[in-house]
Amino acid sequence: MTMTQATIDVAGARRRQRPGQWIATVVVLIFAALLVWTFATNPTVEWPVIGKYLIFPAILQGLWTTIWLTVASMVAGIAGGIVLATARMSNSRLVKAAADVYVWFFRGTPTLVQLIFWYNIAIFLPQVDIGIPGQTPWISMSTNALINPLMAAFLGLALNEAAYMCEVVRGGLLSVPPGQAEAAQSLGLSARKTFLQVILPQAMRAIVPPTGNQVIMMLKGTSLVSVMAVTDLFYSAQGIYVTNGKVIPLLIVASIWYLIITSLLYVLQSRTEKRFGRGLVRRKVGRAAKPIGAIALQPTPDFEGTTK
Amino acid sequence: MTAAPLLRADKVVKKFGHTTVLKSVSLEIERGEVVVLIGPSGAGKSTFLRTLNQLEDIDGGAIYIGGELAGYELHGDHVVHLHEKEVTRQRRRLGMVFQQFNLFPHMTALQNISHAPINVKGVKPADARATAMRLLERVGLGDHADHYPSELSGGQQQRVAIARALAMEPDILLFDEPTSALDPELVDDVLKVMRELSTQGQTMIIVTHEMGFARDVADRVVFMTEGEIREVGTPDQIFLGSTNERLRAFLGSVGIAA
Repeated sequence: MTMTQATIDVAGARRRQRPGQWIATVVVLIFAALLVWTFATNPTVEWPVIGKYLIFPAILQGLWTTIWLTVASMVAGIAGGIVLATARMSNSRLVKAAADVYVWFFRGTPTLVQLIFWYNIAIFLPQVDIGIPGQTPWISMSTNALINPLMAAFLGLALNEAAYMCEVVRGGLLSVPPGQAEAAQSLGLSARKTFLQVILPQAMRAIVPPTGNQVIMMLKGTSLVSVMAVTDLFYSAQGIYVTNGKVIPLLIVASIWYLIITSLLYVLQSRTEKRFGRGLVRRKVGRAAKPIGAIALQPTPDFEGTTK
Repeated sequence: MTAAPLLRADKVVKKFGHTTVLKSVSLEIERGEVVVLIGPSGAGKSTFLRTLNQLEDIDGGAIYIGGELAGYELHGDHVVHLHEKEVTRQRRRLGMVFQQFNLFPHMTALQNISHAPINVKGVKPADARATAMRLLERVGLGDHADHYPSELSGGQQQRVAIARALAMEPDILLFDEPTSALDPELVDDVLKVMRELSTQGQTMIIVTHEMGFARDVADRVVFMTEGEIREVGTPDQIFLGSTNERLRAFLGSVGIAA
Protein backbone atom coordinates (compact mmCIF):
# COMPACT_ATOMS: atom_id res chain seq x y z
CA MET A 1 0.00 0.00 0.00
CA THR A 2 1.37 3.36 -0.90
CA MET A 3 0.49 6.43 1.04
CA THR A 4 0.67 10.02 0.08
CA GLN A 5 3.35 11.22 2.40
CA ALA A 6 2.20 14.30 4.19
CA THR A 7 4.89 15.51 6.57
CA ILE A 8 4.30 13.76 9.85
CA ASP A 9 5.49 15.10 13.18
CA VAL A 10 5.08 12.83 16.21
CA ALA A 11 5.81 15.64 18.64
CA GLY A 12 2.15 16.03 19.58
CA ALA A 13 1.42 12.30 19.85
CA ARG A 14 -1.19 11.25 22.43
CA ARG A 15 -0.96 8.32 24.77
CA ARG A 16 -2.81 5.23 23.59
CA GLN A 17 -5.82 4.39 25.78
CA ARG A 18 -5.44 1.09 27.65
CA PRO A 19 -8.66 -0.41 29.07
CA GLY A 20 -6.73 -2.58 31.57
CA GLN A 21 -5.29 0.51 33.17
CA TRP A 22 -8.75 1.98 33.62
CA ILE A 23 -10.02 -1.15 35.34
CA ALA A 24 -6.97 -1.23 37.66
CA THR A 25 -7.48 2.42 38.58
CA VAL A 26 -11.12 1.84 39.47
CA VAL A 27 -10.29 -1.26 41.56
CA VAL A 28 -7.56 0.56 43.49
CA LEU A 29 -9.81 3.55 44.17
CA ILE A 30 -12.63 1.31 45.42
CA PHE A 31 -10.29 -0.48 47.82
CA ALA A 32 -8.79 2.79 49.05
CA ALA A 33 -12.25 4.20 49.68
CA LEU A 34 -13.31 1.06 51.55
CA LEU A 35 -10.19 1.20 53.70
CA VAL A 36 -10.67 4.86 54.61
CA TRP A 37 -14.35 4.29 55.29
CA THR A 38 -13.62 1.32 57.58
CA PHE A 39 -11.12 3.29 59.64
CA ALA A 40 -13.24 6.43 59.73
CA THR A 41 -16.41 4.69 60.89
CA ASN A 42 -15.03 1.85 63.01
CA PRO A 43 -15.90 2.67 66.65
CA THR A 44 -12.83 0.85 68.02
CA VAL A 45 -10.35 3.18 66.34
CA GLU A 46 -10.97 6.11 68.74
CA TRP A 47 -8.80 8.85 67.26
CA PRO A 48 -8.73 11.00 70.45
CA VAL A 49 -7.31 8.01 72.36
CA ILE A 50 -4.63 7.58 69.70
CA GLY A 51 -3.77 11.27 69.94
CA LYS A 52 -3.45 11.04 73.71
CA TYR A 53 -1.23 7.95 73.78
CA LEU A 54 0.98 8.96 70.83
CA ILE A 55 2.91 11.26 73.19
CA PHE A 56 2.19 9.41 76.45
CA PRO A 57 5.39 9.29 78.61
CA ALA A 58 5.43 5.47 78.84
CA ILE A 59 5.13 5.21 75.05
CA LEU A 60 7.91 7.73 74.47
CA GLN A 61 10.11 5.90 76.95
CA GLY A 62 9.42 2.64 75.14
CA LEU A 63 10.16 4.35 71.84
CA TRP A 64 13.52 5.50 73.20
CA THR A 65 14.40 1.95 74.27
CA THR A 66 13.42 0.67 70.84
CA ILE A 67 15.61 3.26 69.11
CA TRP A 68 18.75 2.73 71.11
CA LEU A 69 18.36 -1.05 71.15
CA THR A 70 18.10 -0.90 67.36
CA VAL A 71 21.16 1.34 67.05
CA ALA A 72 23.29 -0.63 69.53
CA SER A 73 22.38 -4.03 68.06
CA MET A 74 22.89 -2.78 64.53
CA VAL A 75 26.30 -1.21 65.23
CA ALA A 76 27.48 -4.39 66.96
CA GLY A 77 25.91 -6.50 64.21
CA ILE A 78 27.68 -4.57 61.44
CA ALA A 79 31.04 -4.76 63.24
CA GLY A 80 30.54 -8.49 63.76
CA GLY A 81 29.43 -8.87 60.16
CA ILE A 82 32.61 -7.26 58.84
CA VAL A 83 34.76 -9.54 61.01
CA LEU A 84 32.78 -12.61 59.91
CA ALA A 85 32.88 -11.61 56.24
CA THR A 86 36.66 -11.21 56.25
CA ALA A 87 36.89 -14.51 58.14
CA ARG A 88 34.71 -16.25 55.54
CA MET A 89 37.00 -14.95 52.80
CA SER A 90 40.14 -15.90 54.74
CA ASN A 91 42.80 -18.22 53.38
CA SER A 92 42.82 -20.16 56.64
CA ARG A 93 40.41 -23.06 56.37
CA LEU A 94 39.84 -23.21 60.11
CA VAL A 95 38.95 -19.51 60.37
CA LYS A 96 36.66 -19.83 57.36
CA ALA A 97 34.98 -22.93 58.80
CA ALA A 98 34.41 -21.20 62.15
CA ALA A 99 32.70 -18.27 60.44
CA ASP A 100 30.66 -20.66 58.29
CA VAL A 101 29.42 -22.52 61.36
CA TYR A 102 28.53 -19.25 63.08
CA VAL A 103 26.46 -18.03 60.14
CA TRP A 104 24.88 -21.47 59.71
CA PHE A 105 23.81 -21.57 63.35
CA PHE A 106 22.54 -18.03 63.82
CA ARG A 107 20.68 -17.92 60.52
CA GLY A 108 19.31 -21.40 61.02
CA THR A 109 17.59 -20.89 64.38
CA PRO A 110 14.69 -18.49 65.04
CA THR A 111 15.59 -15.13 66.53
CA LEU A 112 12.89 -15.58 69.15
CA VAL A 113 14.46 -18.85 70.32
CA GLN A 114 17.89 -17.17 70.49
CA LEU A 115 16.49 -14.26 72.51
CA ILE A 116 14.81 -16.57 75.01
CA PHE A 117 18.01 -18.59 75.28
CA TRP A 118 20.00 -15.47 76.23
CA TYR A 119 17.22 -14.50 78.63
CA ASN A 120 17.66 -17.87 80.33
CA ILE A 121 21.43 -18.05 80.03
CA ALA A 122 21.78 -18.19 83.83
CA ILE A 123 20.21 -21.67 83.81
CA PHE A 124 22.89 -22.82 81.37
CA LEU A 125 25.82 -20.95 82.93
CA PRO A 126 24.97 -19.79 86.46
CA GLN A 127 28.37 -18.20 86.97
CA VAL A 128 30.94 -16.48 84.76
CA ASP A 129 34.54 -17.15 85.79
CA ILE A 130 37.59 -15.50 84.33
CA GLY A 131 40.85 -17.36 84.93
CA ILE A 132 42.52 -20.68 84.22
CA PRO A 133 40.11 -23.65 84.18
CA GLY A 134 40.59 -25.86 87.25
CA GLN A 135 42.24 -23.07 89.26
CA THR A 136 40.60 -20.51 91.52
CA PRO A 137 39.20 -17.90 89.10
CA TRP A 138 40.51 -14.33 89.23
CA ILE A 139 37.08 -12.85 88.72
CA SER A 140 33.81 -14.64 89.41
CA MET A 141 30.38 -13.16 88.78
CA SER A 142 26.83 -14.37 88.86
CA THR A 143 25.48 -14.49 85.32
CA ASN A 144 22.25 -12.80 86.36
CA ALA A 145 24.19 -9.78 87.57
CA LEU A 146 26.05 -9.63 84.26
CA ILE A 147 23.20 -10.27 81.85
CA ASN A 148 19.96 -8.50 82.66
CA PRO A 149 17.00 -8.78 80.24
CA LEU A 150 18.14 -5.69 78.33
CA MET A 151 21.64 -7.12 77.91
CA ALA A 152 20.15 -10.43 76.82
CA ALA A 153 18.02 -8.61 74.25
CA PHE A 154 21.07 -6.76 72.92
CA LEU A 155 23.19 -9.93 72.77
CA GLY A 156 20.47 -11.93 71.05
CA LEU A 157 19.73 -9.29 68.44
CA ALA A 158 23.38 -8.34 67.77
CA LEU A 159 24.71 -11.89 67.43
CA ASN A 160 21.85 -12.78 65.13
CA GLU A 161 22.36 -9.62 63.09
CA ALA A 162 26.08 -10.29 62.66
CA ALA A 163 25.25 -13.49 60.77
CA TYR A 164 23.04 -11.63 58.30
CA MET A 165 25.40 -8.66 57.96
CA CYS A 166 28.23 -11.09 57.22
CA GLU A 167 26.50 -12.08 54.01
CA VAL A 168 25.66 -8.48 53.13
CA VAL A 169 29.27 -7.37 53.63
CA ARG A 170 30.67 -10.37 51.79
CA GLY A 171 28.42 -9.70 48.82
CA GLY A 172 29.64 -6.10 48.78
CA LEU A 173 33.30 -7.08 48.94
CA LEU A 174 32.87 -9.59 46.11
CA SER A 175 31.30 -6.88 43.95
CA VAL A 176 34.62 -4.99 43.77
CA PRO A 177 36.70 -6.15 40.77
CA PRO A 178 39.97 -7.92 41.75
CA GLY A 179 41.94 -5.39 39.67
CA GLN A 180 41.28 -2.80 42.35
CA ALA A 181 43.19 -4.73 45.01
CA GLU A 182 45.97 -5.45 42.50
CA ALA A 183 46.31 -1.78 41.63
CA ALA A 184 46.43 -0.85 45.31
CA GLN A 185 49.02 -3.52 46.07
CA SER A 186 51.20 -2.58 43.14
CA LEU A 187 51.26 0.98 44.50
CA GLY A 188 52.62 -0.41 47.75
CA LEU A 189 49.51 -0.08 49.90
CA SER A 190 49.45 -2.54 52.78
CA ALA A 191 46.71 -5.17 52.96
CA ARG A 192 44.95 -3.16 55.68
CA LYS A 193 45.02 0.11 53.73
CA THR A 194 44.00 -1.67 50.54
CA PHE A 195 40.95 -3.00 52.35
CA LEU A 196 39.99 0.18 54.21
CA GLN A 197 40.82 2.80 51.58
CA VAL A 198 40.18 1.05 48.28
CA ILE A 199 37.97 -2.02 48.64
CA LEU A 200 35.57 -1.08 51.45
CA PRO A 201 34.55 2.37 50.11
CA GLN A 202 33.58 0.73 46.81
CA ALA A 203 31.92 -2.22 48.48
CA MET A 204 29.81 0.20 50.52
CA ARG A 205 27.83 0.99 47.42
CA ALA A 206 26.57 -2.58 47.33
CA ILE A 207 26.41 -2.86 51.11
CA VAL A 208 24.27 0.18 51.97
CA PRO A 209 20.91 -0.75 50.37
CA PRO A 210 20.61 -4.21 51.97
CA THR A 211 21.91 -2.76 55.25
CA GLY A 212 19.06 -0.26 55.14
CA ASN A 213 16.74 -3.24 54.88
CA GLN A 214 18.46 -4.86 57.85
CA VAL A 215 18.07 -1.72 59.99
CA ILE A 216 14.35 -1.61 59.27
CA MET A 217 14.01 -5.32 60.03
CA MET A 218 15.96 -4.75 63.24
CA LEU A 219 13.75 -1.84 64.27
CA LYS A 220 10.68 -4.01 63.93
CA GLY A 221 12.52 -7.07 65.22
CA THR A 222 13.12 -5.34 68.55
CA SER A 223 9.41 -5.84 69.24
CA LEU A 224 10.32 -9.50 69.88
CA VAL A 225 12.06 -8.46 73.10
CA SER A 226 8.65 -7.70 74.61
CA VAL A 227 8.51 -11.43 75.47
CA MET A 228 11.45 -10.80 77.81
CA ALA A 229 9.65 -7.95 79.58
CA VAL A 230 12.00 -5.37 78.08
CA THR A 231 9.97 -2.16 77.95
CA ASP A 232 10.35 -1.32 74.27
CA LEU A 233 7.72 0.55 72.26
CA PHE A 234 5.57 -2.50 71.67
CA TYR A 235 5.79 -3.76 75.26
CA SER A 236 4.77 -0.32 76.55
CA ALA A 237 1.78 -0.23 74.22
CA GLN A 238 0.84 -3.75 75.33
CA GLY A 239 1.16 -2.77 78.98
CA ILE A 240 -1.34 0.04 78.46
CA TYR A 241 -3.94 -1.87 76.47
CA VAL A 242 -3.84 -4.78 78.88
CA THR A 243 -5.06 -2.44 81.64
CA ASN A 244 -7.44 -0.15 79.73
CA GLY A 245 -8.61 -2.46 76.93
CA LYS A 246 -7.90 0.03 74.12
CA VAL A 247 -6.19 -2.60 72.00
CA ILE A 248 -6.72 -1.16 68.53
CA PRO A 249 -5.83 2.48 69.34
CA LEU A 250 -2.59 1.43 71.02
CA LEU A 251 -1.60 -0.90 68.20
CA ILE A 252 -2.15 2.05 65.88
CA VAL A 253 -0.04 4.27 68.16
CA ALA A 254 2.84 1.77 67.99
CA SER A 255 2.45 1.41 64.21
CA ILE A 256 2.53 5.18 63.69
CA TRP A 257 5.82 5.42 65.58
CA TYR A 258 7.33 2.48 63.70
CA LEU A 259 6.26 4.10 60.41
CA ILE A 260 7.72 7.48 61.38
CA ILE A 261 11.10 5.94 62.18
CA THR A 262 11.22 3.73 59.09
CA SER A 263 10.45 6.82 56.99
CA LEU A 264 13.33 8.71 58.61
CA LEU A 265 15.57 5.71 58.03
CA TYR A 266 14.58 5.73 54.39
CA VAL A 267 15.76 9.33 54.02
CA LEU A 268 18.99 8.49 55.83
CA GLN A 269 19.56 5.54 53.52
CA SER A 270 19.19 7.53 50.31
CA ARG A 271 21.64 10.11 51.65
CA THR A 272 24.16 7.42 52.54
CA GLU A 273 23.75 5.87 49.11
CA LYS A 274 24.52 9.19 47.48
CA ARG A 275 27.60 9.59 49.66
CA PHE A 276 29.06 6.27 48.57
CA GLY A 277 27.94 6.65 44.98
CA ARG A 278 30.56 9.38 44.59
CA GLY A 279 32.40 8.92 41.31
CA LEU A 280 30.24 5.92 40.48
CA VAL A 281 27.13 7.87 39.69
CA ARG A 282 27.58 10.65 37.20
CA ARG A 283 27.35 14.06 38.75
CA LYS A 284 24.43 16.27 37.86
CA VAL A 285 25.03 18.42 34.83
CA GLY A 286 21.82 20.35 34.64
CA ARG A 287 19.79 17.15 34.35
CA ALA A 288 19.30 14.21 36.66
CA ALA A 289 22.26 12.03 37.66
CA LYS A 290 22.66 8.97 35.50
CA PRO A 291 24.18 5.64 36.42
CA ILE A 292 27.54 5.22 34.77
CA GLY A 293 26.96 1.88 33.09
CA ALA A 294 26.17 3.28 29.68
CA ILE A 295 28.72 6.06 29.68
CA ALA A 296 31.68 4.48 31.43
CA LEU A 297 34.13 4.59 28.55
CA GLN A 298 32.66 7.44 26.55
CA PRO A 299 34.61 10.62 26.09
CA THR A 300 32.83 13.42 27.87
CA PRO A 301 33.40 16.63 25.92
CA ASP A 302 30.04 17.91 27.15
CA PHE A 303 31.43 17.70 30.64
CA GLU A 304 34.21 20.20 30.52
CA GLY A 305 33.56 23.46 32.22
CA THR A 306 30.04 22.55 33.29
CA THR A 307 31.01 21.60 36.81
CA LYS A 308 33.09 24.66 37.46
CA MET B 1 75.61 -5.12 44.86
CA THR B 2 76.24 -2.34 42.35
CA ALA B 3 77.01 -4.86 39.65
CA ALA B 4 73.60 -6.53 39.95
CA PRO B 5 71.08 -5.74 37.22
CA LEU B 6 68.05 -3.71 38.24
CA LEU B 7 65.88 -6.74 37.78
CA ARG B 8 66.72 -10.37 37.22
CA ALA B 9 64.36 -13.24 36.58
CA ASP B 10 66.15 -16.54 36.93
CA LYS B 11 64.47 -19.68 35.53
CA VAL B 12 61.03 -18.54 36.69
CA VAL B 13 58.35 -21.24 36.65
CA LYS B 14 54.64 -20.57 37.07
CA LYS B 15 51.82 -23.09 37.05
CA PHE B 16 48.08 -22.67 37.10
CA GLY B 17 46.83 -26.04 38.29
CA HIS B 18 48.37 -28.59 35.95
CA THR B 19 49.19 -26.07 33.23
CA THR B 20 52.71 -24.66 33.25
CA VAL B 21 52.39 -21.14 31.89
CA LEU B 22 56.01 -20.10 32.47
CA LYS B 23 58.68 -22.69 31.78
CA SER B 24 61.98 -21.47 33.14
CA VAL B 25 61.93 -17.84 32.01
CA SER B 26 65.16 -15.88 32.53
CA LEU B 27 65.66 -12.21 31.77
CA GLU B 28 67.82 -9.36 33.04
CA ILE B 29 66.89 -5.70 32.88
CA GLU B 30 69.42 -2.91 33.25
CA ARG B 31 68.63 0.58 34.51
CA GLY B 32 67.24 2.84 31.79
CA GLU B 33 66.37 -0.04 29.49
CA VAL B 34 63.08 -0.33 27.62
CA VAL B 35 62.20 -3.97 27.04
CA VAL B 36 59.14 -4.93 25.02
CA LEU B 37 57.59 -8.39 25.33
CA ILE B 38 55.79 -9.64 22.26
CA GLY B 39 54.18 -12.93 21.36
CA PRO B 40 50.84 -14.58 20.70
CA SER B 41 48.15 -14.43 23.38
CA GLY B 42 48.56 -17.21 25.91
CA ALA B 43 52.35 -17.00 25.63
CA GLY B 44 52.65 -16.04 29.32
CA LYS B 45 53.74 -12.42 28.76
CA SER B 46 51.23 -10.89 31.17
CA THR B 47 51.73 -13.65 33.72
CA PHE B 48 55.49 -13.04 33.60
CA LEU B 49 54.94 -9.33 34.20
CA ARG B 50 52.63 -10.09 37.12
CA THR B 51 55.18 -12.41 38.74
CA LEU B 52 57.74 -9.59 38.66
CA ASN B 53 55.39 -7.45 40.74
CA GLN B 54 54.51 -10.41 42.99
CA LEU B 55 50.87 -10.28 42.00
CA GLU B 56 51.38 -13.97 41.22
CA ASP B 57 53.43 -16.37 43.33
CA ILE B 58 56.05 -18.29 41.38
CA ASP B 59 56.47 -22.05 41.54
CA GLY B 60 60.16 -22.20 40.74
CA GLY B 61 63.26 -20.16 40.02
CA ALA B 62 63.77 -16.75 41.57
CA ILE B 63 63.33 -13.04 40.93
CA TYR B 64 65.82 -10.43 42.15
CA ILE B 65 65.02 -6.73 42.38
CA GLY B 66 68.21 -4.67 42.62
CA GLY B 67 70.02 -7.82 43.71
CA GLU B 68 67.48 -8.52 46.48
CA LEU B 69 65.53 -11.78 46.38
CA ALA B 70 61.86 -10.94 45.75
CA GLY B 71 59.15 -12.41 47.94
CA TYR B 72 61.36 -14.81 49.88
CA GLU B 73 64.29 -14.81 52.26
CA LEU B 74 66.93 -17.30 53.23
CA HIS B 75 66.64 -18.96 56.63
CA GLY B 76 69.78 -21.05 56.88
CA ASP B 77 69.66 -23.25 53.82
CA HIS B 78 65.93 -23.03 53.05
CA VAL B 79 63.81 -20.21 51.65
CA VAL B 80 60.67 -18.92 53.39
CA HIS B 81 58.04 -16.44 52.27
CA LEU B 82 58.84 -12.85 53.13
CA HIS B 83 56.73 -10.90 55.63
CA GLU B 84 53.87 -9.04 53.95
CA LYS B 85 55.41 -5.70 54.97
CA GLU B 86 58.61 -6.54 53.13
CA VAL B 87 56.71 -7.66 50.04
CA THR B 88 54.88 -4.33 50.07
CA ARG B 89 58.21 -2.51 50.30
CA GLN B 90 59.62 -4.47 47.36
CA ARG B 91 56.53 -3.81 45.26
CA ARG B 92 57.09 -0.09 45.63
CA ARG B 93 60.16 -0.37 43.42
CA LEU B 94 57.93 -1.45 40.54
CA GLY B 95 54.99 0.48 39.17
CA MET B 96 52.29 -1.25 37.20
CA VAL B 97 49.96 -0.04 34.47
CA PHE B 98 47.08 -2.41 33.75
CA GLN B 99 45.14 -3.20 30.62
CA GLN B 100 41.88 -2.24 32.38
CA PHE B 101 43.43 0.89 34.01
CA ASN B 102 42.09 -0.11 37.46
CA LEU B 103 41.78 3.48 38.59
CA PHE B 104 40.01 3.88 41.92
CA PRO B 105 36.50 4.93 40.87
CA HIS B 106 35.67 6.68 44.13
CA MET B 107 38.61 9.08 43.83
CA THR B 108 39.19 11.95 41.42
CA ALA B 109 42.10 11.83 38.97
CA LEU B 110 44.19 13.91 41.37
CA GLN B 111 43.29 11.76 44.37
CA ASN B 112 44.10 8.60 42.43
CA ILE B 113 47.62 9.92 41.87
CA SER B 114 48.27 11.46 45.29
CA HIS B 115 46.73 8.67 47.38
CA ALA B 116 49.70 6.28 47.49
CA PRO B 117 52.38 8.95 48.03
CA ILE B 118 50.37 10.24 51.02
CA ASN B 119 49.39 6.87 52.45
CA VAL B 120 52.47 4.81 51.64
CA LYS B 121 55.36 7.25 51.61
CA GLY B 122 53.92 9.74 54.09
CA VAL B 123 54.33 12.69 51.73
CA LYS B 124 52.55 15.85 52.98
CA PRO B 125 49.12 16.06 51.27
CA ALA B 126 49.83 19.52 49.86
CA ASP B 127 53.14 18.36 48.36
CA ALA B 128 51.58 15.17 47.02
CA ARG B 129 48.83 17.16 45.34
CA ALA B 130 51.36 19.53 43.78
CA THR B 131 53.34 16.58 42.43
CA ALA B 132 50.14 14.93 41.18
CA MET B 133 49.19 18.13 39.40
CA ARG B 134 52.60 18.27 37.69
CA LEU B 135 52.22 14.64 36.62
CA LEU B 136 48.73 15.28 35.27
CA GLU B 137 50.10 18.14 33.20
CA ARG B 138 52.89 15.89 31.99
CA VAL B 139 50.35 13.39 30.63
CA GLY B 140 48.30 16.22 29.15
CA LEU B 141 45.41 16.15 31.62
CA GLY B 142 46.09 19.19 33.77
CA ASP B 143 42.52 20.41 33.36
CA HIS B 144 40.98 17.06 34.39
CA ALA B 145 42.29 16.91 37.97
CA ASP B 146 38.85 16.94 39.59
CA HIS B 147 37.24 14.46 37.21
CA TYR B 148 36.29 11.01 38.43
CA PRO B 149 37.43 8.08 36.27
CA SER B 150 33.86 7.52 35.07
CA GLU B 151 34.01 11.00 33.58
CA LEU B 152 37.17 10.28 31.57
CA SER B 153 37.67 8.44 28.31
CA GLY B 154 39.66 5.21 28.28
CA GLY B 155 42.74 6.96 26.93
CA GLN B 156 42.50 9.64 29.60
CA GLN B 157 42.01 7.02 32.31
CA GLN B 158 45.10 5.16 31.15
CA ARG B 159 47.16 8.33 31.19
CA VAL B 160 45.98 9.01 34.75
CA ALA B 161 46.96 5.43 35.59
CA ILE B 162 50.46 6.06 34.22
CA ALA B 163 50.71 9.26 36.27
CA ARG B 164 49.54 7.32 39.32
CA ALA B 165 52.29 4.74 38.86
CA LEU B 166 54.91 7.47 38.25
CA ALA B 167 53.93 9.30 41.45
CA MET B 168 55.55 6.50 43.48
CA GLU B 169 58.81 7.06 41.58
CA PRO B 170 59.31 3.37 40.82
CA ASP B 171 62.63 2.06 39.52
CA ILE B 172 60.78 0.10 36.86
CA LEU B 173 57.42 0.65 35.20
CA LEU B 174 55.55 -2.45 34.04
CA PHE B 175 52.93 -2.05 31.32
CA ASP B 176 50.47 -4.89 30.81
CA GLU B 177 48.93 -4.34 27.36
CA PRO B 178 48.22 -0.69 28.18
CA THR B 179 46.42 0.10 24.92
CA SER B 180 44.52 -3.14 24.30
CA ALA B 181 41.30 -1.94 25.93
CA LEU B 182 41.31 1.40 24.12
CA ASP B 183 39.40 2.64 21.11
CA PRO B 184 41.87 2.95 18.20
CA GLU B 185 41.76 6.74 18.10
CA LEU B 186 42.78 6.94 21.78
CA VAL B 187 45.82 4.65 21.51
CA ASP B 188 48.23 7.30 20.23
CA ASP B 189 47.80 9.63 23.22
CA VAL B 190 48.85 6.84 25.55
CA LEU B 191 51.75 5.70 23.36
CA LYS B 192 52.95 9.29 23.14
CA VAL B 193 53.21 9.49 26.93
CA MET B 194 55.08 6.19 27.05
CA ARG B 195 57.43 7.33 24.31
CA GLU B 196 58.28 10.44 26.31
CA LEU B 197 59.00 8.34 29.37
CA SER B 198 61.40 6.18 27.39
CA THR B 199 63.37 9.21 26.22
CA GLN B 200 63.59 10.42 29.83
CA GLY B 201 65.43 7.27 30.84
CA GLN B 202 62.58 5.52 32.65
CA THR B 203 63.18 1.77 32.89
CA MET B 204 60.17 0.03 31.39
CA ILE B 205 58.97 -3.47 30.62
CA ILE B 206 56.09 -3.39 28.20
CA VAL B 207 53.75 -6.12 27.02
CA THR B 208 52.08 -4.87 23.87
CA HIS B 209 50.64 -5.79 20.51
CA GLU B 210 51.62 -2.41 19.04
CA MET B 211 54.51 -3.60 16.87
CA GLY B 212 55.30 -0.20 15.36
CA PHE B 213 55.60 1.25 18.83
CA ALA B 214 57.77 -1.69 19.93
CA ARG B 215 60.17 -1.06 17.05
CA ASP B 216 60.42 2.62 17.91
CA VAL B 217 60.98 2.57 21.65
CA ALA B 218 62.45 -0.81 22.53
CA ASP B 219 66.11 -1.24 23.39
CA ARG B 220 65.44 -4.95 23.37
CA VAL B 221 62.51 -6.98 22.12
CA VAL B 222 61.69 -10.29 23.77
CA PHE B 223 59.65 -12.85 21.86
CA MET B 224 57.71 -15.25 24.06
CA THR B 225 55.55 -18.20 23.13
CA GLU B 226 54.17 -21.16 25.04
CA GLY B 227 55.65 -19.94 28.33
CA GLU B 228 59.19 -19.60 27.04
CA ILE B 229 61.46 -16.84 25.78
CA ARG B 230 62.37 -17.87 22.23
CA GLU B 231 64.26 -14.86 20.95
CA VAL B 232 65.81 -11.70 22.39
CA GLY B 233 67.32 -8.94 20.35
CA THR B 234 67.29 -5.37 19.12
CA PRO B 235 64.14 -4.33 17.25
CA ASP B 236 65.99 -4.73 13.94
CA GLN B 237 67.21 -8.20 14.82
CA ILE B 238 63.72 -9.29 15.85
CA PHE B 239 61.62 -7.58 13.20
CA LEU B 240 63.97 -7.85 10.24
CA GLY B 241 66.72 -10.35 10.71
CA SER B 242 65.35 -13.31 12.59
CA THR B 243 65.35 -16.80 11.17
CA ASN B 244 63.24 -18.20 14.02
CA GLU B 245 60.28 -19.95 12.38
CA ARG B 246 57.81 -19.25 15.20
CA LEU B 247 58.78 -15.60 15.37
CA ARG B 248 58.38 -15.22 11.62
CA ALA B 249 55.00 -16.92 11.78
CA PHE B 250 53.91 -14.65 14.63
CA LEU B 251 55.08 -11.50 12.84
CA GLY B 252 53.28 -12.67 9.72
CA SER B 253 50.08 -13.17 11.73
CA VAL B 254 50.19 -9.56 12.97
CA GLY B 255 50.81 -8.25 9.47
CA ILE B 256 54.55 -7.71 9.49
CA ALA B 257 56.21 -9.46 6.57
CA ALA B 258 59.59 -10.60 7.86
